[in-house]
Amino acid sequence: VTDDPELHAVFKALADPSRRFLLDLLYERDGRTLTELEAELATVTAMTRFGVMKHLKVLEEADLVVTRRQGREKLHHLNPVPIRLIHDRWIDKYTERNVTALLHLKDQLEKPS
Amino acid sequence: MTTTAPVVSATQVYRVYIKATADAIWTAITDPEWTNRYGYTGYTHYEPLEKGGTLTVVPNDEFKAAAEAGGFPCPDVLIDGEVLEVDAPHRLVTTWRMLMDPTTAAEPHSTITYEITELEGGVCRLTVVHELPDSPATARLVTGIDEDQGMGGGGGHAWILSDLKSLLETGKVMADRQP
Repeated sequence: VTDDPELHAVFKALADPSRRFLLDLLYERDGRTLTELEAELATVTAMTRFGVMKHLKVLEEADLVVTRRQGREKLHHLNPVPIRLIHDRWIDKYTERNVTALLHLKDQLEKPS
Repeated sequence: MTTTAPVVSATQVYRVYIKATADAIWTAITDPEWTNRYGYTGYTHYEPLEKGGTLTVVPNDEFKAAAEAGGFPCPDVLIDGEVLEVDAPHRLVTTWRMLMDPTTAAEPHSTITYEITELEGGVCRLTVVHELPDSPATARLVTGIDEDQGMGGGGGHAWILSDLKSLLETGKVMADRQP
């Protein structure tokens, strides 16, 4: 069996609970600095800054996290596309024509939130 | 752990690797006949494709019919905006507003940046950055979160990019795939 290297990197990155926790943090609030992520992680586990950076590097290599500079800060963003690709590969949710996708939009947006 | 409801980000970053030339990806983003083939479909016009040009996305007949069958009026222009920066085939920046719904249409224009970087092995990296500092309803829509929760709206940028990758690499969009 030949493996897709990109796919392999994603599953490897997701295999670790600390890395999944980092993704959860970015899902809750995106665009965070290393310092913020480190502080959040410190509330649940003892980890050095070096350890956090190492985990973020694995997530970046799998493209689950993309960093951007904003002023003097380096912000970490959750990139959902690799997970979307896995979803689309095995879960055949969109066999119907894609034009129907926006049909419920009106209802959804008019609902008071 | 259980995740809490996300705070929808005002800056969203999406990245995908596509086995195609930068020119092919550029064409797929800027040519109306191509943009009508993937994602939400619709003819995307940049008139002209240079700074100061206008962006309009026009629905195809099938889309219009589906919208009307679904009981809501489909505007002649789905998305509008202005071209801010063009560096073909590597960088395109435009403003962006969704006119399909009164709520998103009333929000200010957001900004979308497409960056295409050529890598080794015939692969390109496409990064889409959508900045929506004052458009919360639009920001929520383009994440695809509502679709995940069964409320419709489509899968947002991640879905569009997944479909674009599929189209450029296999010649097929997801809707055409055999089960």
